[in-house]
Amino acid sequence: MRIIISILLLLAVLSPAHGGDLDLSGSVEAQVRAFWHDPAWAGQDARALQGTVVSTTEFRWRSEEGDVRASLIPYLRWDTTDSERSLLDLKEAYWAFEGRDFELLVGANTVFWGVTESVHLVDIINQTDFAGDIDGEDKLGQPMVSLTLQRDWGEISAFVLPYFRERTFAGSDGRFRPPLPVDTDNPLYGSSDGEEHIDFALRYSHYIGDVDIGLHAFSGTSREPRFVPAADGQSLLPLYDQVDQVGVDLQYTNDAWLWKLEAIVRDGSADTFAAAVGGFEYTIYQVGESSADVGLLLEYQYDGRDAREPVSIADNDVFAGTRLAFNDVQDTAVLAGLSYDVETGETFVNIEAERRFGDNWFSELRVRVFSGARLGESTYWLHTDDYVQLGITRHF
Amino acid sequence: MNCTRVITLSLVAALLLGTAGAVFAAEDRGFEIAARSDRTDLGFGDSEVDLQMVLRNAAGQESTRSLRIATLEKPDETVGDKSLVVFDTPRDIEGTALLSHAKILDPDDQWLYLPALKRVKRISSSNKSGPFVGSEFAFEDFTAIELNKFDYTWVGEVPCGDLTCDVLERTPRYENSGYTKQVSWVDQSEFQIRKVEFYDRRGDLLKVLDLSDYRKYGGIWRAHKLSMSNVQTNKQTDLLYGDYEFKTGLAENDFVKGRLSRLR
Repeated sequence: MRIIISILLLLAVLSPAHGGDLDLSGSVEAQVRAFWHDPAWAGQDARALQGTVVSTTEFRWRSEEGDVRASLIPYLRWDTTDSERSLLDLKEAYWAFEGRDFELLVGANTVFWGVTESVHLVDIINQTDFAGDIDGEDKLGQPMVSLTLQRDWGEISAFVLPYFRERTFAGSDGRFRPPLPVDTDNPLYGSSDGEEHIDFALRYSHYIGDVDIGLHAFSGTSREPRFVPAADGQSLLPLYDQVDQVGVDLQYTNDAWLWKLEAIVRDGSADTFAAAVGGFEYTIYQVGESSADVGLLLEYQYDGRDAREPVSIADNDVFAGTRLAFNDVQDTAVLAGLSYDVETGETFVNIEAERRFGDNWFSELRVRVFSGARLGESTYWLHTDDYVQLGITRHF
Repeated sequence: MNCTRVITLSLVAALLLGTAGAVFAAEDRGFEIAARSDRTDLGFGDSEVDLQMVLRNAAGQESTRSLRIATLEKPDETVGDKSLVVFDTPRDIEGTALLSHAKILDPDDQWLYLPALKRVKRISSSNKSGPFVGSEFAFEDFTAIELNKFDYTWVGEVPCGDLTCDVLERTPRYENSGYTKQVSWVDQSEFQIRKVEFYDRRGDLLKVLDLSDYRKYGGIWRAHKLSMSNVQTNKQTDLLYGDYEFKTGLAENDFVKGRLSRLR
């Protein structure tokens, strides 16, 4: 409802009568995923090749004076295998007014907080589009009213989040799901207000010399669900508890070293717990007198939550990775990483390679392999879901 | 005034001490010419400009990027300017932005904005000599134009087109430069840089930058075509500038990292 109101508000602002600059752009991506193991769970589609089409359209408008802007970004995903992976979302649908030292924004938007690469612990405003990508970096637009103040001593933002977005999950046909599918039509909430619960967040961000610092507090509906079996035993129901959380993100930039830390303390349905991820990114520039840069990444992930909380797979894991940037005209780049659970030996290998073709075509290749998980361990349900994905995007 | 006296003194010293003094004088004269050139820019306040970056490989294949650059002048010569570069094309990197707070000898503060994730990332600025977005311009060619980032020596004067140019050798004083030296041609009429040669870490000529299509805005000169040719690879990058706008009302708050996610 509120989303619809904000769209109407936006369209009113976008009307040509107001003048200003209207910019239209977008992209269409064709994706194919190839799986080389048979699916593990009853009901999953056994096809080795699964196709998806993604379309993003961006309308951006800015007033002649430059102080008012609006954005509308419909996102459409059509999956040939799993209807639950198909999605219509508004990544952005907002109106914003900007003064010399403040900004007021009303509508749906995406906000990123954090510094680390392997987990995004402090990034709590937007829900994860888990059906879109299991890496947690695809997000859903979050309805909000936000006020940002810019001062000499930093930037401070207050968020009122009036409507909750549920996490997306693969349906019963899809890969990347637990043995029982997640019934996203019947979510449960810790608050009697359900998805209408109003969440609040505060964010402070600044830098002092070589140190960038962020602090945040959040009170509201957890973005991560627990799962409870449905009465008929045929599915899992996501349960979103109320949580209070504070956290910090820090980066120290020194020469070619980036030292990073994210940490949170969360009070959820069970005991208060802490979680942290920290490490470094070191870049060797122009390797062997070429133009290419090689980045080396190492991060350690800790999560102290107990079994009554939503499962975290980043609880005692080491992430090691390398980022290869060719710095060529086509922006060719490769990111390869491995996460290893120190306790259980579960490993997750992720390789992402990308390159532009011509001015308007872009290609991306992903390879993801899971191994070492035994029955009952947190990534066991993914153990047959190794895959390669090729995506070709046309920008316009 | 002081500088004139220093030059006079060093000329006297040169007569007395011979070659050692001559070197000293050449350094002073070099700095004086560089400073006079730099100061023709003083008081521009802030500027905004759209430009095309045309990349050409040895086979002559071209690809184009369009970008916007906003600059805020810090008149104090011991502090660097602030700048914001935003890409409009290629479309897949539309909205990507680089915010720089230039320093004189310390590493610059730089933040990169990645629009796909809406992520602001503080990046290392020790990558001075790496190519800027795949072009023949290095990061330091974009950001290291502050007067005090170099030591100067006056080499001589030569005709350059219809003008006469002083030739200066300048050596980077900051760390991680990819150059052992640069040779710049500064004309004697408007004191603008017309050409720069870049010598790599081995001391060999690497690149030649030609600056042309100078136009005057009030008292401020700006080149509208910068051609960087790599003589070792035969690749070339042209920067073709549109009309500059000065004193557009930009302020410190337009050059803070939080602003990066509000640019579009």
